[in-house]
Amino acid sequence: MVYGIGLAKGMSVTLKTLIGPAFTVQYPDRRVGVIGAARAYGMSTPGLIFKRPIKAIRAVLGFERVEVRPTQAARFRGNEFTWYEDRCTGCASCAKYCPLGIIKIVTLPGGTNVQEGESYAIDTFDIDTGRCMFCALCVEACPYDALHMGSSFERSNYQRMSLVLSKDDLIAQPKHPSTWFRPQMEDQDYSPFGETLDDIKKAGRHEMPSVEDLTQRWVEDRRTDVKDDSDEKAED
Amino acid sequence: MPLKTEPITINVGPQHPSTHGVFRMRVTFDGEEVVDVEPIFGYLHRGSEKLAESRTYTQVVTLTDRMDYVSSMTNNLSYILSVEQLAGIEPAPRGVWLRMIAAELQRIASHLVAAGFFFQDLGALGTPLILTMREREQILELFERLCGARITASYMRPGGVFMDAPEDFWPALNRFLDDMPAHVDQFEELVSGNEIVQARCDGVAVVDSQTLIDASVTGPMLRASGVDWDLRHRQPYEYYDRVTFNRPLATASDNYARFIVRIHEIRESLGIIRQCIEQIEPGPVRPETVPALIRPPVGDSYVGTECPKGELGFYLVSDGGVAPYRCKVRAPSFINLTLLREMLIGDKLADMFVTFGSIDINMGEVDR
Amino acid sequence: MPSPFDSILYKYVYCTLSSTGDAECVGNGLFGGGLLPGGLEWLAFLLTAVIMVAAIINGVLGGVLLMIWGERRLLGRFQGRTGPNRWGPFGLLTPVADAVKTMFKEDVVPTVSDRFVFTLAPILMLFPALLIYAVIPFGAGTWMADINVALLFIIAIGGANVLAILAASLGSGNRYAMFSAMRAVAMLISYEIPLVISLIGVLMLSGSLSLVDIVDAQTIPFFIVQPLGFFVFLIASMAELNRTPFDVAEAESEIVAGYMTDYSSMKFGLFFLAEFAATIATSGVITAVFLGGWHGFDPIPSQFWFVAKMVAVLTVIVWIRASWPRLRIDQIMNFAWKALFELTLINLVVSGVLLLIWPSPSTTELWYMAGINWVVFLVSVYIFGRVLGPKHDPVRSGNFQDVTLSNSDAPALPAGGRD
Repeated sequence: MVYGIGLAKGMSVTLKTLIGPAFTVQYPDRRVGVIGAARAYGMSTPGLIFKRPIKAIRAVLGFERVEVRPTQAARFRGNEFTWYEDRCTGCASCAKYCPLGIIKIVTLPGGTNVQEGESYAIDTFDIDTGRCMFCALCVEACPYDALHMGSSFERSNYQRMSLVLSKDDLIAQPKHPSTWFRPQMEDQDYSPFGETLDDIKKAGRHEMPSVEDLTQRWVEDRRTDVKDDSDEKAED
Repeated sequence: MPLKTEPITINVGPQHPSTHGVFRMRVTFDGEEVVDVEPIFGYLHRGSEKLAESRTYTQVVTLTDRMDYVSSMTNNLSYILSVEQLAGIEPAPRGVWLRMIAAELQRIASHLVAAGFFFQDLGALGTPLILTMREREQILELFERLCGARITASYMRPGGVFMDAPEDFWPALNRFLDDMPAHVDQFEELVSGNEIVQARCDGVAVVDSQTLIDASVTGPMLRASGVDWDLRHRQPYEYYDRVTFNRPLATASDNYARFIVRIHEIRESLGIIRQCIEQIEPGPVRPETVPALIRPPVGDSYVGTECPKGELGFYLVSDGGVAPYRCKVRAPSFINLTLLREMLIGDKLADMFVTFGSIDINMGEVDR
Repeated sequence: MPSPFDSILYKYVYCTLSSTGDAECVGNGLFGGGLLPGGLEWLAFLLTAVIMVAAIINGVLGGVLLMIWGERRLLGRFQGRTGPNRWGPFGLLTPVADAVKTMFKEDVVPTVSDRFVFTLAPILMLFPALLIYAVIPFGAGTWMADINVALLFIIAIGGANVLAILAASLGSGNRYAMFSAMRAVAMLISYEIPLVISLIGVLMLSGSLSLVDIVDAQTIPFFIVQPLGFFVFLIASMAELNRTPFDVAEAESEIVAGYMTDYSSMKFGLFFLAEFAATIATSGVITAVFLGGWHGFDPIPSQFWFVAKMVAVLTVIVWIRASWPRLRIDQIMNFAWKALFELTLINLVVSGVLLLIWPSPSTTELWYMAGINWVVFLVSVYIFGRVLGPKHDPVRSGNFQDVTLSNSDAPALPAGGRD
């Protein structure tokens, strides 16, 4: 049959996807059956049925749900900012560099370091995340590594006003700085999702890694790959 | 006695499921056949070119992300090349290779969007679309590893890229390169032999190559009519002269040809990425001599690059300040759209949207 | 001569309601329940009819709810994603959520519309879809009415959706609706002819229009004996139901829901309901006429077999919807008049000749007829495919899938062009 083979091929592809697994990531929670529930609670399936029978019945009927965290990269630019107030000098480079001009900084005379000149005490530091496009140019601009992008994205609110992060909000919220433009954090094997980074000294300062550093790191990784390839070729 | 008929004008409005973005057409029909088309756009105009005049050169990168929002890395690349030519900056080699990898990944993502939505317009109700979006999801996760954002990347800076790729990027990229060819084959198998697709697309909206050249159309639309014109090959920029790739050419120049050329280009891009991975060397991704705030000397520059939709170029005029004096974007979607009327007249209502989808335009780029 | 007492539902309800000494109940071996005093048999009949209708309609609507859930889950799985699984266990309450949403929406009536026709259209669409269920036999003895012109009744009623679509677009008064209605009406009336003629083969084999008799006559299921009829009936009924690949009436990517664009709230809900009810009814008819109805293997009740076969037909319909894009209206018309019509005529002639050779065939003779019919089916579909299939015009487009990979540095433009 000339007219029809292509159509049948199309139908066979959909049949294969029917039988195969679904690739949906069900967020924030997904329904689990008995085996999935057992795995989620760390028990074996018969263990779940005997020790927690109600949960097993709920799982069979389709009522049991398990929370799902989406996978995120360490560099993810989330909908929040992490600000270390001890490091911020009020230089307002971030405010100058923002393309949208949403950072508002008001400083007062600080009263310290009178010999070298007045330092700034920060009175207002507002970031309007309602208008922010999270381009992280402000993070790039900060010379003291005081401002970082955050990693959280579940920050919906009922009012537009509460999207403006004031200085107290920034100080009070948990600090999960993303590693965007902070390669020193990637060196430390820091994951912004597991831990908060309240200690500013651990946050480090960004310095461009040196060429020797990069060469050493990259060439070493590459060497193991090359070794595997050459082993396979030697076997042939 | 002949039946008296009257043509009818309908407004395919800015809100429509099939116009890729906010695009309006006033179409005059005689029955089902299109007699006249008047495209009306500008619904997404955000004044990007004017805004660029009051932003520094680095801040304009964030504006370029949002022009063709489906392929932001290639927009970044085109703009940055223009800035480098204007300011006389020599980019760092590792930055150039990373830029090429990002641009080719973005080309694959953009072609996947074009292919998926082409079938959505044909009426396939989402199955091919879901398959292509699944693949694009992997590319967007790679971008998230690389630069923190999935769609609006702002990854490139004059002289190279912003930050080196993290160490878990390369294994993920290799996994992607291993998985992708099978999925492209699966997608092509789903749709290529399908007789309904053939019957709908074969010989519809054929444009001959001379018309295309006269209208300055570039990109897959031109290559689907047999003209071997690809800027990566004819006017190589970056290190495209150090990689070898083929250009898929079709001669039919109908809807299906434009679509199938893009599928083959996805395969070619996969090859280019593999060659980039082999040739990339460690080093800084941006030369240390590039200042954070660039003041290029007085002059102008234009670099045309091959973005997934055609030739994209930024014409930058500098007056010595920190912001461009004028930033004019040669948007391929806008130029390709000028042929819409010629392509649609004579076809049926059902073909209108398929043709529109096969040109593969993005309203963010048309309107800027 | 079929009597209402063949139907189990009728038997038990009537005799429970009627008086103890009811002659018809006694004559059929049942004793009345005696809820009504003697002399009120007409009331018992009326109440029985009302109860049966209520039962069938509620069953139908429950089936529609299940089908809404089933189709969305199945479509999702065909596309590699999970379907709706949030509301209720396995997502089974999703149609309830759908219904609640539909009911709470604002009922918008456009000002330029013809209000009476606008409101009438969804009712006109649902009414015939529900009427068909009166004659479908859901199992041995499980039907509402066994009239001896059931097939004719079904086809006559099924033609009313044309009127409904025309009324909807006329009432809406907008151009998209007009477009979709013109296409839909042309398509629907064109596909009614292959629909009807493909049934004539079955009619000749079973000798009766009643669905119960057709099921009884299927010692082998008729899709084996009449493959061409089954093939054409399946395609034509998908066109009658406005399902992909024939859903030009509501082509979402072109005309944004077509004739249903201006409907909101429960009127849209009625259209939606009518489409699903018609789909289930049509698959019920296909099961009864071609797949052997309720015949199955013994310990499992016949109603289960009927429902299982119906679900299989529905799955195939949803599978086709998930896999193929939409045809253009002129291609649909070509297909109906140039391919399906001729195929049904061939089927008619061949079936007629075979029945002349073997009038009132036994099972082995049915197998012979099946063999000959299959040969005719494959040969004629092949020939029609070659003649009407996609053409390759060597002058113009010639090379449908030719893509050459160029790696040369030759000039870009074809000979004679400038560079």
